[in-house]
Amino acid sequence: MSDKDTASINRNRAVDVALLVYIVLGYAFVFAPIAASFVFSFNSDRFPSIPLGHFSLEWYQAVAGDPLVWQGLRNTLFVGVTVGVIATALGFGAAYTDYRYRFFGKQVYLALALIPPTIPVVILGLAMLAYLSRISLSGNALSVIIAHVVICAPFAMAIIRLRLSQMDPDLEAAAWNLGASEWAAMRHVIVPFAKPAIFGALFITMAVSFDEFAIAWFVSGLNETLPVKVLGFLQGQVSPRINAIGTFVFVTSMTLVILAQILLTGRGAKDRPASDE
Amino acid sequence: MNKNALVSFEGVVKRFGEFVAVQRMDFEIGKGEFLAIMGSSGCGKTTTLRMLAGLEAPSEGVIRLSGKPINDLPTWSRDTPMVWQSLALFPFLNVIENVEFALKMRGVGKAERRRRAEQWLDRMQISEFAGRNISQLSGGQRQRVALARSLVVEPEILLLDEPLSALDAALKVRMQSVLKNLQRETGITFVYVTHSQSEAFSMADRVVIMSRGKIEQIGTPQEIYRTPRTRFVANFLGSSNIFTGNVVETGDGRATLETPMGAFGLVSSEQSTRALMGRTATLTVLDTKTNLSRTMPTGRVNAVPVRMIGEEFIGATATIYLETGDGHEIRVQKSHEELASLPLQIGQELVAYWNEEDGHLVPEE
Repeated sequence: MSDKDTASINRNRAVDVALLVYIVLGYAFVFAPIAASFVFSFNSDRFPSIPLGHFSLEWYQAVAGDPLVWQGLRNTLFVGVTVGVIATALGFGAAYTDYRYRFFGKQVYLALALIPPTIPVVILGLAMLAYLSRISLSGNALSVIIAHVVICAPFAMAIIRLRLSQMDPDLEAAAWNLGASEWAAMRHVIVPFAKPAIFGALFITMAVSFDEFAIAWFVSGLNETLPVKVLGFLQGQVSPRINAIGTFVFVTSMTLVILAQILLTGRGAKDRPASDE
Repeated sequence: MNKNALVSFEGVVKRFGEFVAVQRMDFEIGKGEFLAIMGSSGCGKTTTLRMLAGLEAPSEGVIRLSGKPINDLPTWSRDTPMVWQSLALFPFLNVIENVEFALKMRGVGKAERRRRAEQWLDRMQISEFAGRNISQLSGGQRQRVALARSLVVEPEILLLDEPLSALDAALKVRMQSVLKNLQRETGITFVYVTHSQSEAFSMADRVVIMSRGKIEQIGTPQEIYRTPRTRFVANFLGSSNIFTGNVVETGDGRATLETPMGAFGLVSSEQSTRALMGRTATLTVLDTKTNLSRTMPTGRVNAVPVRMIGEEFIGATATIYLETGDGHEIRVQKSHEELASLPLQIGQELVAYWNEEDGHLVPEE
């Protein structure tokens, strides 16, 4: 608290303003294309151009009237939710193993567990296609789920591992000491403690799966997810419907990420301990 | 085995790889006793406590609780709740839920466990915080929650691992009396691990002093204070002057300790003196039993010329630091009245002396 006070005393207004401008420009650069897509999705004109036409929901109506889009959305949601649950469960298991046990080759185990997101997605997608088709699993929703779990589980593990590393190492032993079996301690202590991170991981992995295009394009076959469908539209024709779908996908992903962010950071800051009188 | 023993350690050894944390340990803890295990960090005191709690398995030997061996009993099946140095309160549960935890794990019904938890909150005078988060409590309040959480199952024994180390000095003293009263009222056996001599000596019925995985001495605080049984204990307590030399029999059937400072007379009737005849030994003399004078005293006393090098006031008493001719430090602790007649100045030549029967001979290790 005293840190904050000193910080506010020694501040230079010009530097403050400059930093603020810098941040605004930075965000503008990142979000301008998305904002443009958002604006044009409500524009009546066929082609994205300035000046804008009038406000219109026609592209949303067109999208909503397309059964293929609904099919894509259903696939995306089904895959996203399933991937989120499985990847979070696997990530939790891996993170807990890291927290609880020391064993020979642990560094190798951790490196292997965290590698998938570092592999270029095109290579991963191709490899997945080759492998899954060999075992007759390619071209359906299950294959997308498998492939997405592979890239999502490490994210879940990293998030949950960070939370477990903040846990007082005596906490679990204290639960045993008070009569909790290992399973009971897991259920009543480890999981409740990691709960914000577990939900955070769930939302993040859902968002990753929701947005992921390359691997889904390789392995989805006829069960296209929404991002794959968007590419399909782009190849056929340039239509503002893409803006409508893009806006929808963006809003959904951002909602998930923001929810995760609130869960992962918003806790505990407001409680201040009492002092001994 | 003693009938009143609640816990017994029989030849217990604990190794971590090559490192021996606890060396062959044999001792008993009586029912309703307040036992403190004291030593500096790394002496094996916490390992001993954790073995009793079932958090570490002994490498050798047997630990019995109420006569039954508990080596293979998992920690959750023992009734040996522990108060942790970090307190280890569950941050995602509020105060009363923390206290209810052990009852919940034992399958006690909701209404019953709430009732029993409330009783303990009341007893620890923290009822008003029942619905609070742990993070909103002060150090002293957390301490009380941790105690209530462990005691709610009404165990026969409570283990405490340096529970007061995080508190400030004033609160520490207040919590010491809370703990002592709690132990007296409930009759629960307390095993209290600490590195603090004042905590151990003010609360415990008996104290175990450990060093490098070994028990150095077990006894009441008074016994240990008056007659440290090893040189380590005398040194650790820091309340005795220590002299090392050879035990030699003199012609008239008496014994002396030959030291570089001169020969000190010993009470030769004592068993320890006879056992150590002809060997190197350590003589300990409490600093409160060591006296100062301007001239060589007469009678059956041991005296050594010293020079004053410093003084320190602690409330009603003062500690005078002195040095012998060969640089050996001697301390004298006396009330201000007793010291009033002496010319106390740095560099002053004096004589330190003590009665023969105030010296205790221990083997040199």
